[in-house]
Amino acid sequence: MRVLAAMSGGVDSAVAAARAVEAGHDVTGVHLALARNPQTYRTGARGCCTLEDSRDARRAADVLGIPFYVWDLADRFHEDVVETFVAEYAAGRTPNPCLRCNEKIKFAAVLDRAVALGFDAVVTGHHARLGPDGLLRRSVDLGKDQSYVLAVLTREQLDRSIFPLGDSTKAQVREEAARRGLAVADKPDSHDICFIADGDTRGFLADKLGEAPGEIVDARTGAVVGAHSGAYAYTVGQRKGLSLGVPAPDGKPRYVLSITPKTNTVTVGPAEALEVSTVAGERPVWTGGPRPTAALDCEVQLRAHGQVVPANVRLDGAGLRAELREPVRGVAAGQAIVVYRPDPGGDVVLGSATISAAA
Amino acid sequence: MAGREWIGTSGAGAGPAARGRASEAPARTLALGWMLMTYLDHAATTPMLEEALEAYAATAREVGNPSSLHAAGRCARRRVEESRERIAAVLGARPSEVVFTGGGTESDNLAVKGIFWARRAADPGRIRVVASAVEHHAVLDSVEWLATRDGATASWLPVDQAGRLDPDRLAAELDAHAGEVALVTAMWANNEVGTVQPIAALAEVAAAYGIPFHTDAVQAVGQVPVDFAASGVAALTVTGHKLGGPVGVGALLLGRDVGCTPVLHGGGQERDVRSGTLDAAGIVAFAVAVEAAVKAQQEYAARVAALRDDLVARVRQAVPEAVYNGDPADRLPGNAHFSFPGCEGDALLMLLDAQGIACSTGSACSAGVAQPSHVLLAMGADDDRARSSLRFSLGHTSTAEDVAALVAALPAVVERARRAGAVKSTRS
Ligand SMILES: Cc1ncc(COP(=O)(O)O)c(C=O)c1O
Repeated sequence: MRVLAAMSGGVDSAVAAARAVEAGHDVTGVHLALARNPQTYRTGARGCCTLEDSRDARRAADVLGIPFYVWDLADRFHEDVVETFVAEYAAGRTPNPCLRCNEKIKFAAVLDRAVALGFDAVVTGHHARLGPDGLLRRSVDLGKDQSYVLAVLTREQLDRSIFPLGDSTKAQVREEAARRGLAVADKPDSHDICFIADGDTRGFLADKLGEAPGEIVDARTGAVVGAHSGAYAYTVGQRKGLSLGVPAPDGKPRYVLSITPKTNTVTVGPAEALEVSTVAGERPVWTGGPRPTAALDCEVQLRAHGQVVPANVRLDGAGLRAELREPVRGVAAGQAIVVYRPDPGGDVVLGSATISAAA
Repeated sequence: MAGREWIGTSGAGAGPAARGRASEAPARTLALGWMLMTYLDHAATTPMLEEALEAYAATAREVGNPSSLHAAGRCARRRVEESRERIAAVLGARPSEVVFTGGGTESDNLAVKGIFWARRAADPGRIRVVASAVEHHAVLDSVEWLATRDGATASWLPVDQAGRLDPDRLAAELDAHAGEVALVTAMWANNEVGTVQPIAALAEVAAAYGIPFHTDAVQAVGQVPVDFAASGVAALTVTGHKLGGPVGVGALLLGRDVGCTPVLHGGGQERDVRSGTLDAAGIVAFAVAVEAAVKAQQEYAARVAALRDDLVARVRQAVPEAVYNGDPADRLPGNAHFSFPGCEGDALLMLLDAQGIACSTGSACSAGVAQPSHVLLAMGADDDRARSSLRFSLGHTSTAEDVAALVAALPAVVERARRAGAVKSTRS
C-alpha cells in the first residue's frame, strides 16, 4: 500500500513509520505544521508543532530512507482545534483538543488530502490496536492507551488508518527506536496541550476570552461564597484554586459542580453532589459492529485516563444514554463518553459520543 | 521498496528503477543521484562542473592561509589573487573590486546594510532604501531589517504583470525623495519567474541622482551577459553554486569608490570590508566556474533556451489551462514558471518528486512550509495562483530526456493534484 506516515517528531510516530516501511508499504513521511507561530508551541513526543519537532521528524525520515514533506495545516488547526477549544470553554464545557485534532485534522484534513493524492492510508504512532477485524482496541500498554482519543473516528476513517504500535508497550517502542538508530528514542513524552506553550490553560483562556468576573455560588445554600474572573477557567470536579471566602457549613471541601455561562456562575458543592449515574451524549459514532437497537451492557470511560465503569448504554435518535452501574464523579460536558466491550484481546471500542449532560 | 528515498541514502538502491530510470548500482546512486533523476531545479543549485571540482580538490590538498607570510601562505594567496583576476576579467571588473564572501546571501547583506550605513554616516539625511518588490529574501529581509531595526525607510518598487521594473518609476521615486535615498537595489534576474530587469537603464537613473545602485546578479551570471563596468552598477552580488561552483563562496563586486561599512568584523582580509580567512579552495573552484560559465554563456543560453521553449510548448499542450508566468522575452534561458489552476504547488511537487522529478514551488521557510510567493503576489497574482505555481529550471546538465520525462508525468500529476485541491476546498 501507499501510506502516509504522520510524523510528529516524537518517538512513537517514528517507530510507527519504521514498522510501516518494514511491513512492505511504500511510505511517505509528513510533518504537520500546526502552529501559526512555532516558537509559542511546546515541544515533546506528542507535541507536534515546533521547529525542533519538525527537524526531529525529518531526521527520522532520513534514517528510514523515506521521502519527507511538511504540510501546513496551521489555519485548519487554528480554526478547528484552537478556536473550538476556546469556544467550548466559553460555553461552560471541557473540551479534549487531542481528540478534536484526531477527528478534524489527522484523520480528516490530512487523510482526505492523502487519499486524494493517491495514498491508501494514514499511519500514526497512536497507542491503540486496529487489527484486520477493523475493531479499535486498547493498547497492550494500558498506561499509554490512546483508544479514548481515537474513539471519535468513523468507520470510513478507521478503514484508512494504520496504528502499528498497539501491540507494544512504550518501553518496547523506545527500545526499538534506539535499536533502529532513531535519535528521538529518549525524547520525553509530553502530556500537555501543544498549543499552550507554558501549560497555563487558565492564562491562555483569559488571554483569548478576557476577564469576566462573576460569582461562585454554593449549590445547597444558594449563597455567594466567592468570586471568579472568568467561569471558563473552571472544570467540573475541580477543587483547587477556588479560594472561597465563606467556609462550608460542614467544613468539608467543595468542588465545582457546574458552570452556567448564561449567568456567568460557577456552582460549587460537596463531593457527593458531583456523583452522576446517568450520562447523555450527542453526535454518537458507532464502529464496533452494527448500531445496537436495544440497551447494551458494557463499560464506559468518561475522560482521558479516567476510570472505567460498567454501564448500560442505549442509542436513541441522535443521542446516546448511559446508566452507570456505579456513580462517577467529575463528569464534564464536552468530554467524550467512550463505550468499550471488555475483551481479553484488548477492550474493544464500540462507539463514542460527546457528553452533553450528566445527572 | 518502491518509493524509498534513494538520493544520498546508502543501501536504498532500488530507488532509481522505481522512479522510472534504468537501475544502477547503489554506489553510483549515491554519488550521482542527480544524474539518475530528472533534475529541474538548477536555479536552486546546479551540479558542480568537473573542472571546478578538480580545482577544489587540488587546492584543498594544499596548506596555507592566504594571509600568512611564509611560502605556503604566499602560495594560497597567489591562488586567491589569480582567481580574483579571472573573475574580474570575465565580469568586467577590476580585481580590486572583487570582494570574496561566503555566498549570495552574505554579499546581499553586505551590499544592502554596508552601503546604507556608509551613506547614512556620510549624510545623516539619507535614510531611505529603494528596493524592488521581487527581491530574493537575502535582499528583502536585509532591507526590512534596516527598516524595522535601524531607522531606515523602505520604498518598494512595483513590477508589472511580467515581473518587470520600470526605470521611469524609479526616476519618479528618486525625484520624490531626492536627498533622502541612500541606496537602490534591484536584482538582475528574478530567481522565481526568471524575469530579466533592464539593469543598465535602472542604474543610469540612480547614477543621475548620485545614488549607489546594487544588483543581485546571482541568477544572471552565466545565463545572460553581465558586465559590471558596462552596467554602471556600484555593487553586484554573485555566488558560486548557481553556476557550477561550490556552495558557500561568492563575491560582491564593489566599485572602488563605493563606501561600504563591514558587517563581519575581524582580520579585514578583503579590503577591510569583509573579514574571515579566505577559502582558497572554494575561491579557486568558484573562479573556474565563473570563467567557464561566462565564456560558455552564449552557446549555453541558446541550447538551454531551446530546451526550455520546447518544455513550455509541451507543458502548455499537455495542460492547456496552465498559466505561464513571467516575461516571455526578457527571461533567463533555463526558467519555466507556471501556475496550475486548482492545484497546490506543494502537492504537485510531492507527486513529481515521487516520480523522480525535482522542481520547486518558490521560497520555503525554515520549517519547510511553503508560503505564497511574494514575487507572484507582486506581479498581481492572487493567493490561489501564487500557491498553485511551480518552477522548472534547466541548467548545464539538462537534456531533452528531462523535458520528455516531465511532459510524460505532468498530466496525471496535475489531474491528481487538482482532485486533491478540490477536496481541500470543499471540506474547509
Ligand atoms: C536571487 C538570489 N539571491 C541570493 C541567493 C542566495 O545565494 P546563496 O545561496 O549563495 O546564499 C539566491 C539563491 O538562493 C538567489 O537566487
